[in-house]
Amino acid sequence: MTAPLLTIENLSIGFRGPDDQPVFIVREVNMSLAAGETLGLVGESGCGKSSLLLAMMGYYKPGLGRLSGSLSYDGEDPGLISSHQLQALRGGGMALIPQNAGQALTPTLRIKAQMIEVLRLHSDLAPSAWHPRCIELFERVKLPAPEQMLKRYPHELSGGQQQRVAIAMALAGEPNLLLLDEPTTGLDVTTQVEVLALLQEICRDLGTAMVYVSHDIQVIQKVCNQIAIMYAGEIVEMGSRATLLAAPVHPYTQGLLASIPRLHQQTLPRPIAGEMLQPVHRGSSVGCGYANRCLLATDQCQATSPAPRVVMDRWVKCHEVEAAVAGELIRPAQKLLAPALGENLLLAVEDLSVSYQRPSLVRALLGHKPLATVQGVTFGIRQGEILGLVGESGSGKSTILKTIAGLQRSLSGRITLSGTDDLAGPVESRARGCLRKVQLVFQNPDASLNPRKTIGEILRRPLELYFELAPTVMNDEVDALLHRVNLPESYKGRFPGQLSGGEKQRVAIARALAAKPELILCDEITSALDVSVQAAILKLLLDLRADSGVSLLFVSHDLAVVETLCDSVLVLEGGEVREAGLCAEVFKNPQHAYTQALMKAVPIADPRKRKDENDVVHIT
Amino acid sequence: MLRLIARRLIFAVVTLWVVSMVVFSAIELLPGDACQAFLGQMAQGKRLENCRTEHNLNAPAYVRYADWALGLSAGDLGKSIKRSKPLEDIIGPRFRNTVILGMTAALVGIPLAILLGALAALYRDRRPDLWISFIAIFCMTVPEFITGTLLISFFSVWLGWLPGIVIMRADAPLLDVLSKIVLPVMTLTLVMVAHIMRMVRTSMIDVLASDFVMMSQLKGVSRLRQVLMHALPNALLPTINLIALNIAWLMGGVLVVEVVFNYPGIGRLSVNAISDRDFPLVQAIALLMASLYVGLNLIADLLALLLNPKLRSRGVG
Amino acid sequence: MGAMVDILKGVMATRSGKIGVVLVTFHLVLALVAPWLVPFDFDAQSAVIDHAGPSLAHWAGLDILGRDVLTRTMLGGREALLVTLFGTGLAVIWGSFFGVLAGYLGGRVDDLIMRSVDIFLAIPWMIFLLLVIASFGNAPMVMILTLGFFYGIGVVRMARAATLEVVVKDYVLAAKARGESTLSIMANEILPNVRDVLMVESAMRWSWMLLAFSALSFLGFGVTPPTPDWGLMIANSRIYLALAPWPVLMPMIALSSLIIGINLTADALAKSLGVDKTTRALV
Repeated sequence: MTAPLLTIENLSIGFRGPDDQPVFIVREVNMSLAAGETLGLVGESGCGKSSLLLAMMGYYKPGLGRLSGSLSYDGEDPGLISSHQLQALRGGGMALIPQNAGQALTPTLRIKAQMIEVLRLHSDLAPSAWHPRCIELFERVKLPAPEQMLKRYPHELSGGQQQRVAIAMALAGEPNLLLLDEPTTGLDVTTQVEVLALLQEICRDLGTAMVYVSHDIQVIQKVCNQIAIMYAGEIVEMGSRATLLAAPVHPYTQGLLASIPRLHQQTLPRPIAGEMLQPVHRGSSVGCGYANRCLLATDQCQATSPAPRVVMDRWVKCHEVEAAVAGELIRPAQKLLAPALGENLLLAVEDLSVSYQRPSLVRALLGHKPLATVQGVTFGIRQGEILGLVGESGSGKSTILKTIAGLQRSLSGRITLSGTDDLAGPVESRARGCLRKVQLVFQNPDASLNPRKTIGEILRRPLELYFELAPTVMNDEVDALLHRVNLPESYKGRFPGQLSGGEKQRVAIARALAAKPELILCDEITSALDVSVQAAILKLLLDLRADSGVSLLFVSHDLAVVETLCDSVLVLEGGEVREAGLCAEVFKNPQHAYTQALMKAVPIADPRKRKDENDVVHIT
Repeated sequence: MLRLIARRLIFAVVTLWVVSMVVFSAIELLPGDACQAFLGQMAQGKRLENCRTEHNLNAPAYVRYADWALGLSAGDLGKSIKRSKPLEDIIGPRFRNTVILGMTAALVGIPLAILLGALAALYRDRRPDLWISFIAIFCMTVPEFITGTLLISFFSVWLGWLPGIVIMRADAPLLDVLSKIVLPVMTLTLVMVAHIMRMVRTSMIDVLASDFVMMSQLKGVSRLRQVLMHALPNALLPTINLIALNIAWLMGGVLVVEVVFNYPGIGRLSVNAISDRDFPLVQAIALLMASLYVGLNLIADLLALLLNPKLRSRGVG
Repeated sequence: MGAMVDILKGVMATRSGKIGVVLVTFHLVLALVAPWLVPFDFDAQSAVIDHAGPSLAHWAGLDILGRDVLTRTMLGGREALLVTLFGTGLAVIWGSFFGVLAGYLGGRVDDLIMRSVDIFLAIPWMIFLLLVIASFGNAPMVMILTLGFFYGIGVVRMARAATLEVVVKDYVLAAKARGESTLSIMANEILPNVRDVLMVESAMRWSWMLLAFSALSFLGFGVTPPTPDWGLMIANSRIYLALAPWPVLMPMIALSSLIIGINLTADALAKSLGVDKTTRALV
């Protein structure tokens, strides 16, 4: 075995808190990476994975720094070399492929100028060779029309193209180590598949080592041979892909894998109770970071940090390894069957078309028809049904939802609720009683609650608006709402800023429930949440449906989530319905080519489905 | 893009047209007409009548507005009540002087402000930033007439280096003007630099925290290049229009500066015209200042259009 | 009320904030109680000498007419404070109403309001102010209305910009979908979230209005003599600066310390509220 390319020993990253106490973002991380090896770092948002990645380049976000430990790339510590050497190393020896390429490219510089900047710094090529080299690199990353691409500005490229440019730019310095920070997050699934295939190809052909950071273990397992699971700043389990995925040992890894909704498995994802503590709340506590959520936690787990051990060909940090190995934490829960659905349609959407263009007199006189975002969409939702609306960005799925909510004007078509209420018009034209029946929950929990109002005030507002209640009844009602979404009553006095993402989303759901609606419109309501929290929200939605028989319109880009949650599904592309039917049928046997393409694009986190690699077990 | 430029141009013309109406009607609404205001409340009989006939005040308002507007578009500013000279000859040289004063201050001030703003942002919350920001607060809060008075007492009374008060004819040759405006320019620049510097600083801090500046650093680009090529252009783009707007607003201060230094510009002329109640003159000056403002913003719009690739390509579609 | 105390605490946490609050409070209190504190009548002329330097009787000396400078300085900010406080209040109220309205409604209403703002900005406000004062006199009411109008134009732009950041948030959409009225959304969802920006900007605008008022009185349009006023005192005494610095220096220090105090407070306020990213541009 050759000397490792990158070694990290006992590395801690963070800052000094008010009392000079260290606050750890990354804590005592050990790992090493050999040349040509690919390592995936998996963890929830806030677990410190990006900070760890950037530290490998000797970069710390403002306010952060290395608290202890050492790092070595090619025998040298990026934190100790001169700024000149560091500049040569960054983009030369190791290169970063950033999360959001669209924002990582300088808007005022043409692509060519930005490519050449790297070539000038990190290659020995003569200036005359720069242009051909750019073309060569662009062909390497399969960018169409490379000559034209070079002349463009970043905003003139699509998201996928921007990501390819970023990859080409990273390859320009011929690095030995590629660092990838969620490079496909924010891309559509079909684009993501292409980018992942490209990355696999680059690894294979160029033999570049890789550290790939992602929250999505399914993406990681497509590209990486080694997997490290991070939680609360620590690596809790690390081993080869095959061993780790086949038999996860650490309770968190087990929980994480069990919480992922998967295609074609008639099981409900299992949530992990609670949420990860943010660094400031973790403070410099000495126990295991996962102890507060762990089912196996003992007093020892609260008191001391576990030492890493090698168990079953991998590296685990857990006091209760034996119990974890023995215990069957992953117990597939049965998918809740939909209650018998009546034949009565609750919501009927007929031939709906929507356009974002403002109708203008001039256009009308010239006979121009406005460009429709949604065209001729027809569907219905029965009492108590959960309908999934699936599609990529630009498919019109959110537009349909907004139109039903009355936030977007429709161009033509009819929307009726319970056969009587007309929902085709905007909010202003609807009666209060009709407004009450349809409620909305948004994607981003940080933006959906007014930060200046307490949870109690937020929940009271719809009650005041739709019902006339005595103050005491009102109070009881708010308590009951919190109870229904599994939040303690004490949350009434808190502000949204004091809640975690999952808790905020529960409040948003409670606000919708306050109106006693017949239909709840859910706009990607779990996509901003961590997967272990998402599972809990999905469970909550199913419970609510079972209790009250409310219908849900669930918009999502995630096929697995839709299959798990919904009774029926509508596949949208470019504002038109491609396929519709019961989930059980559509997912088993997709008819339309687009549905098939979407389903093929879903990465499957099951090691047995992927048998093409020669996995190297490498444990430090 | 051409359509965008055309739209801006049309809007500039419309703005001027509306401003001319507002100015005209505002003066119409003041108690008494121009002749009465000038001659005083007590004026009666023949003198008032003559004045009114001479300035065509007996015609209805819309006729007089039409006359005035038509004259303006032909370059005729109108007739002063107090002075016999044509208004062009009174305003022309003074307008030139004010433009010289403002332009010199802008030429000195804008680059300086950008430099200081960028420095303050780079050293955010550290010594250089604290000093720059602290001094800026002083410069923007001390009124121009105090700064001017202090500068006079320091440079001309105490040191005796520069003339304190400008003594020259309004139509003095260009070189004469330039040699005498050091202190007025300094006064104006101090305020301007402070304001623009703060805007540049805020915008620069935003941009320095952006992904693309971090990315350029992680590509191994040197600090200087990061700042000059990646950060500064993107920090300046959103401030161009803001700078133009604020310079225009600060033009109000020119009035005071010109009075302090006895500088023969349009600002001091306007104060005199108002004291004299020479309404036709006030009207003409107000419209001229408005065109200056509109022109300045038009230039800023075009500059932003030219420098911002995003705006440019939107114009194509 | 508790919120106000917290905000004040935040401002007082920094040294510059402390200095600012002390300066502003000092001036406000002085303006209220000065008439009972001043040693002389502001218009009383010393029969014996003029332009005398500081003495035991006249701590800050006498001006050209032999009036006590300390007395006049203590009283010289009262009208300025009265006019600018009400003027700023007026500007902020009408400006933020239209700004929030334009930002929230968007579309044609926004176009109409913003194009009008652009046009009003083109009017040379200083000349207009002088003209109004020359015609209607310089009664505080006239000054408040005109200053309040012109400074409100900038507030419209600023309030609209702040609203645009809030209006895209889902909680505003949620309120709309719930069927809340436009006024209720403006008051309950938007206003509380632009409040911080508005507070900081109002403070800044107060200081600029003070600058404008003092400039007006420097030009002789602000107050009618013999009412004491800092700007007018400076204008009348500045030619004798080399001979007798006190009549100029005293009002100069008074005026500058007030305006600097407001700015330091505003800066500390912005920092403690976390809105120091606002441009705080003049318009």
